[in-house]
Amino acid sequence: MKARVHVTLKNGVLDPQGKAIGHSLNRLGFPEVGDVRQGKYIELEIAETDKAKAAARLDEMCRKLLANTVIENYSIELVG
Amino acid sequence: MSKSTATAGVEKNPPVKLPNEPAITPQIVAEHGLAPDEYQRVLNIMGRTPTMVELGIFSAMWSEHCSYKSSKVWLKKLPTSAPWVIQGPGENAGVIDIGDGQAAIFKMESHNHPSYIEPYQGAATGVGGILRDVFTMGARPVANLNALRFGDPSHPKTRHLVSGVVAGIGGYGNCMGIPTVGGETNFHAAYNGNILVNAMTVGVAPTDRIFYAAAAGIGNPLVYVGSKTGRDGIHGATMASTEFSEDSEEKRPTVQVGDPFVEKLLLEACLELMATDAIVAIQDMGAAGLTSSSFEMAAKGGLGVIVELDKVPMRETGMNPYELMLSESQERMLIVLKPGREELARRIFEKWELDFAVIGHLTDTERMVLSWHGDIVGNIPIPPLVTEAPMYERPWTLTPLPPALDAAEVPAPKDYKASLLALMGCPDLASKAWIWHQYDHLIMGNTAIRPQDGDAALVRVPQSTKASSHKGLAMTSDCTPRYVQAHPETGGRQAVAEAWRNITATGARPLAVTDNMNFGNPQKPEIMGQFAGAIMGMAEACKALDFPVVSGNVSLYNETEGRPILPTPTIGAVGVIDDIAKAVSSRLTKAGLALVLLGETRGWLGQSLYLRELCGREEGAPPPVDLAVERRNGDFVRGEILGGRVAACHDLSDGGLLVGLAEMCLAGGTGVTMKLPADAGPPHGYLYGEDQGRYLVATDDGGTLLAAAAAAGVPATLLGYAGGQALVVEGLLALPLAELRAAHEAWLPTYMNSAA
Amino acid sequence: MKAAVLVFPGSNREGDVAQAIELVTGRRPTMVWHGDGDFEKTDLIVVPGGFSYGDYLRCGAMAAQSPVMAEVKRRAAMGVPVLGICNGFQIVAEAGLLPGVLMRNAGLKFVCADIHLKVETSQSLFTNRYQAGQVIKVPVAHAEGNYFADAETLKRLEDRGQVAFRYCAPDGTVDGPLGMEANPNGSINNIAGIFNETKTVMGLMPHPENATEPMFGGTDGKGLFEGLVEALS
Repeated sequence: MKARVHVTLKNGVLDPQGKAIGHSLNRLGFPEVGDVRQGKYIELEIAETDKAKAAARLDEMCRKLLANTVIENYSIELVG
Repeated sequence: MSKSTATAGVEKNPPVKLPNEPAITPQIVAEHGLAPDEYQRVLNIMGRTPTMVELGIFSAMWSEHCSYKSSKVWLKKLPTSAPWVIQGPGENAGVIDIGDGQAAIFKMESHNHPSYIEPYQGAATGVGGILRDVFTMGARPVANLNALRFGDPSHPKTRHLVSGVVAGIGGYGNCMGIPTVGGETNFHAAYNGNILVNAMTVGVAPTDRIFYAAAAGIGNPLVYVGSKTGRDGIHGATMASTEFSEDSEEKRPTVQVGDPFVEKLLLEACLELMATDAIVAIQDMGAAGLTSSSFEMAAKGGLGVIVELDKVPMRETGMNPYELMLSESQERMLIVLKPGREELARRIFEKWELDFAVIGHLTDTERMVLSWHGDIVGNIPIPPLVTEAPMYERPWTLTPLPPALDAAEVPAPKDYKASLLALMGCPDLASKAWIWHQYDHLIMGNTAIRPQDGDAALVRVPQSTKASSHKGLAMTSDCTPRYVQAHPETGGRQAVAEAWRNITATGARPLAVTDNMNFGNPQKPEIMGQFAGAIMGMAEACKALDFPVVSGNVSLYNETEGRPILPTPTIGAVGVIDDIAKAVSSRLTKAGLALVLLGETRGWLGQSLYLRELCGREEGAPPPVDLAVERRNGDFVRGEILGGRVAACHDLSDGGLLVGLAEMCLAGGTGVTMKLPADAGPPHGYLYGEDQGRYLVATDDGGTLLAAAAAAGVPATLLGYAGGQALVVEGLLALPLAELRAAHEAWLPTYMNSAA
Repeated sequence: MKAAVLVFPGSNREGDVAQAIELVTGRRPTMVWHGDGDFEKTDLIVVPGGFSYGDYLRCGAMAAQSPVMAEVKRRAAMGVPVLGICNGFQIVAEAGLLPGVLMRNAGLKFVCADIHLKVETSQSLFTNRYQAGQVIKVPVAHAEGNYFADAETLKRLEDRGQVAFRYCAPDGTVDGPLGMEANPNGSINNIAGIFNETKTVMGLMPHPENATEPMFGGTDGKGLFEGLVEALS
């Protein structure tokens, strides 16, 4: 099964990369772009068929390594 | 036409073709970069039509990059030996003896075309490649330098290229943990369509533990280590998939992506293995990857090799022998081990979490045999591929020497202060701090002269157990392309002389050169003439200064729509100072020091930055270089420095005397008051002329220095004294350092931070 | 003083800090491989700078999960001093031994330059050879040194005197937002280094180990190592 994890910055954490991206888009002729936040997308191949088990394990993976819960949130999507 | 191309070990059966392998057509031959007569040589050597894999191998080995076919005939004219040269050109890098059982190993290489396409990865992989060339010989790299040439700042791509290249060099070098300590950055419209990224690495190794590429020992295992092989960098319209189908574009990333983390692991693992006795030969996989490395190792050893391609660690599914042989995936090495040492080596590479695979062994057939799941898919005789490799003596026409330009023919500035501010703030002279603050230049804790503090970078050599004091390695990269364009022979001579002066100005003894020749299309006689002229000038200077070339690189075809770059023979050089405590920088830090100009000034404004930046002219003969005078003046300066009689020293070049003085004041934070000598001639000639063979020296005792110079036959003039917070030329200008600093430091960050 | 310096895949300033320790103690520290779950008892554990695991995912994230860090956490809990420099600070923070997180520099670029630090307190194992309020010059070399902690954590750090060093102007001024020349990464409250609650663990982004010799960057960083020797010998 495939897992898709999105790791994003918590609200209130300054995101200088997101800011730079927003400004670049504005300068490129997209004035409609306002606030931009940048995150990470991680795709994992999991050798597990039980969705509930996989979800629990992935949650642990996120808390242990994939996200720094001091400043990041995460969301998990299971496919297949 | 061929000498006997009969080879040892005539093949019993022709190789097996790969599924759906197309027949070789003239178009496929052309796509592989082989001219019809070159292909005829292939047929003569093989005695039959080659397979696609074999064609790919010839194409790679006979490419300009691997074979130097247009340049070899000229490169032979360069002096390459001296008592301190352990290994000259021909190996992965050059090796020189620096005393106390230690050797410096270094080379410079270009990654021009890839950097134009993808500046970050092009520059990053350029750094990665040159690092491997040095550590494959057993040296831990201790310093990186780079020479960058960008287009005109007003060109729409320049900003993006600068940003990407600098980030890429920093991204790779910083992660590797090697300080990037020096270099140069220039801008000129001639590079609008072709930027230059020349990367240099210097490493240190014990003289009795240097590793070469020549394979030895029939039956010895051939081992692959590092990253898995993917489809990076493979060219050719029809070669990229198992099915050889045409719609496989997305399977072929032509941009190589570097992974400095893996290369750091590779560096440590290799050095660890090198500390044992397991290695017979080692070579990094650079251009043409597995092909060039395995071929060269066997060829140098006079042996044959069997490569079992199905054993190569693969990153992608469905890779075929053609892809495996030609892939330019990064961070891979090829090693010949002593028999029985495989397990020892495997453990080391597994500890560092790197791929390790025995992929073949050496034979005595002098043939390169490729096998794929038991079938022979390629079988090439090695010696003829080397001896029959094309070598061209392309027609060349020399650029004639332009007439010398008299200072009287050049308008003087209306306002000297404004002229100096304009020069110090022009792209070529402006502070490059925006760039080198992105390079870790302090890691390893041995950086004695930081960027912009001296003419050469200076790093302490990790202490040899035999030395009582610490040695320093002085390193530089230099070239004045506008001089080479005007008169290649003078420009070539000048580039070597200036590199020699750069090192001398720190107190170090210049030892050897690595040359990175960047030119346009060699099939044009005037371009080939630029190459020939530059080589002739370089050869003369190297010989006169006992400054041999021990390694180098050639990059040709740097032109777009018929517009070539300025001919740019970048000279990288290394020297040694036996006691680093005696070295000096260019920083003027103390009031009261006397400023003495050594060397003769006639006011040479031809091809000067003053002429170009302030008068808008690129005209006249470049300043002549008198090698005997360079030697005499430089040896004198070095002697004074080592005798402890010099507080700071700066050799003069772009912008001449006034710019040199300004640079010393800014680096040290102390002003200067000087007076033009009575016989100076036109002031703008004296102050901005780019006469060669000159140094500015700051000393506690001007009188003694003047007397010593007179005794040595070195022209010397006491210009004035350090002190205050302004640069003053009596009667001409009084420029507060704060204003000078603002002009010097503003241009690059303002340019880089402004919108396109 | 016996010291151990950890080495992770991608560490690259372990040699620099070992050199500084040897300069000050006369004795080369033990180099400990990340895969070792146990190592000899030492008075000090140093987590050096570099790009452990290439800085992939997040700086220090993967190194913090190494077997050796599990042992370091155990010893830290027993009061064994731990010094984390640059990537080491990132690793120690990811391992939960120090609060907060190091993020991408506000200027988004790697910065290698001399900066000035104000020593906030001399009452610690690490800073006892400095005076409170002293300004020292040391280099930084990082792309992810932007210290962040939420408001609550920040208040606690400040109230409990857990800030060890702050970026400042050469004359020691810290008040107000500092420009990039003084604060190279945008760290909140200009924080360059912090202690844990017991002041036995310290993390800082700058490199005192590159400021211990006159010819090679000045000597303002030497005091940190001398302080450790003073406190732990």
